[in-house]
Amino acid sequence: MIVSRRRLLGMGAAGAGGLLLGGCDALNADPAVRETLGHAEGLTMRAQRLLVGQALAREFREADMSPVFRANGSISVEDPAYRALAARGFADWQLRVDGLVQRPLALPLSAIRTMPQREQITRHDCVEGWSAIGKWQGPQLSAVLAMAGLLPAARYVVFHCADRMEGRPYYESIDLIDAFHPQTILAWRMNGQALPIAHGAPLRLRVERQLGYKHAKFVMRIELRDSLAGLYGGKGGSWEDARGYQWYAGI
Amino acid sequence: MDTATAPAPPARGKAGQSRPTGHRHAFATRLWHWSNAVTLAVMLMSGLMIFNAHPRLYWGHYGANPDPAWLDWSGGDGIPFPGWITLPSFYSLADARLWHLAFAWLFAALVAGYLLWGLLSGHLRRRIVPGRAEFAPGHLLREVADHARLRFPPGAAARRYNTLQKLSYGAVLLVLLPGMVLTGLGMSPAIDAGFPVLVDLLGGRQSARSLHFIGMALLALFFAAHIAMVLLSGPLDQLRAMITGGRSVTDKEKQP
Repeated sequence: MIVSRRRLLGMGAAGAGGLLLGGCDALNADPAVRETLGHAEGLTMRAQRLLVGQALAREFREADMSPVFRANGSISVEDPAYRALAARGFADWQLRVDGLVQRPLALPLSAIRTMPQREQITRHDCVEGWSAIGKWQGPQLSAVLAMAGLLPAARYVVFHCADRMEGRPYYESIDLIDAFHPQTILAWRMNGQALPIAHGAPLRLRVERQLGYKHAKFVMRIELRDSLAGLYGGKGGSWEDARGYQWYAGI
Repeated sequence: MDTATAPAPPARGKAGQSRPTGHRHAFATRLWHWSNAVTLAVMLMSGLMIFNAHPRLYWGHYGANPDPAWLDWSGGDGIPFPGWITLPSFYSLADARLWHLAFAWLFAALVAGYLLWGLLSGHLRRRIVPGRAEFAPGHLLREVADHARLRFPPGAAARRYNTLQKLSYGAVLLVLLPGMVLTGLGMSPAIDAGFPVLVDLLGGRQSARSLHFIGMALLALFFAAHIAMVLLSGPLDQLRAMITGGRSVTDKEKQP
């Protein structure tokens, strides 16, 4: 059988095309490929922190705010204990701060409201691609951590939440660089009103400079840890464990 | 390869310039062309999957479902780009980001490296920037007419890029590819904090996302035209030239 060069090339191209389409998902599933690609996350984090340092996220004017701030992810909580707290306007709610701290805390909402406050109008960027600009108010996380006093081994701040994702309690984590950033606050007010349940009442994390899934809602407990290993899926957050999102979400 | 016409080792001419060898395409161009082709394919396919996660585009700093979108493909099943063109083929924003944000490093390095080489070697100036005479209306009209009639220059003229090629390659190299890196970075909340001037120049994060999408569409358009031109102008010779560098065209000129 005589095959012309032209024809051979055509067959080659068709074969390569088929391989490409079928091969993409095979490559995508290959653990070695995923591990290699995953190295980019650490590279991105180090590069961004080197370039950006402690720079503040842009703060906007009231006129720049989104007319409607989209509520996304968990917008309600099933847990009966949480519902009982919500029914009483979170009057009995307390934020626990524990783990690698010198003084474990239990802070009622009134204590959080009377601490020195920070108000910021910032852009919230969802991993899906949309953005909304809103006004947030609350104490800096650094002030709460200072009240508790970190033990020397503390490296990560874990937020345990009242909502659930795929049957497991929701959690998120950040490291101390972001925890002590001036714009990292525990927001109990949004757009000038008490934080609505759809946006994480009574308290949500604002970690500006990272994507929306890091901004844990319905925060019940803050735990200081030396490592994220051994906690649920070990990847430092519900979306990280369940879907494979990057732990560092600066991009 | 025909050894008879193999070029002599490139003699160094004036500062930093290598004298043109018998090759139509420099080694750096060929290496970049193919690595860029693979990288762009991964970026395109994973990028379309990321777009599927929120198939609406806005102008300005913010934009979400309650806000007016200039492009809204969220109708139907809400997943505009089908699996055969996305990476992965099934819906996974996380996996698409894994590919996109890893290959983005490679993509940016390739663009920066090739532009730097193009500047230092004189390649951009000699082969991409059109001469003044090439902008003459008569010349441009003739080239457009030649292209429309699929008449491609034989012999020595094929060794140079024609003006339309120079303009489209120049726009891709100097505007579209660096633009994709910059609009991509403009969507990063951390980069926006460190370099607010970037996101301001782009008109806001949602504008950066829109421009990123438009840039993708223009690159896809370039790709389609590029493939069409290769197919119409002798695909085997063109492919071989982009792989081996191509034989010296002087051989052809001797043919009747």
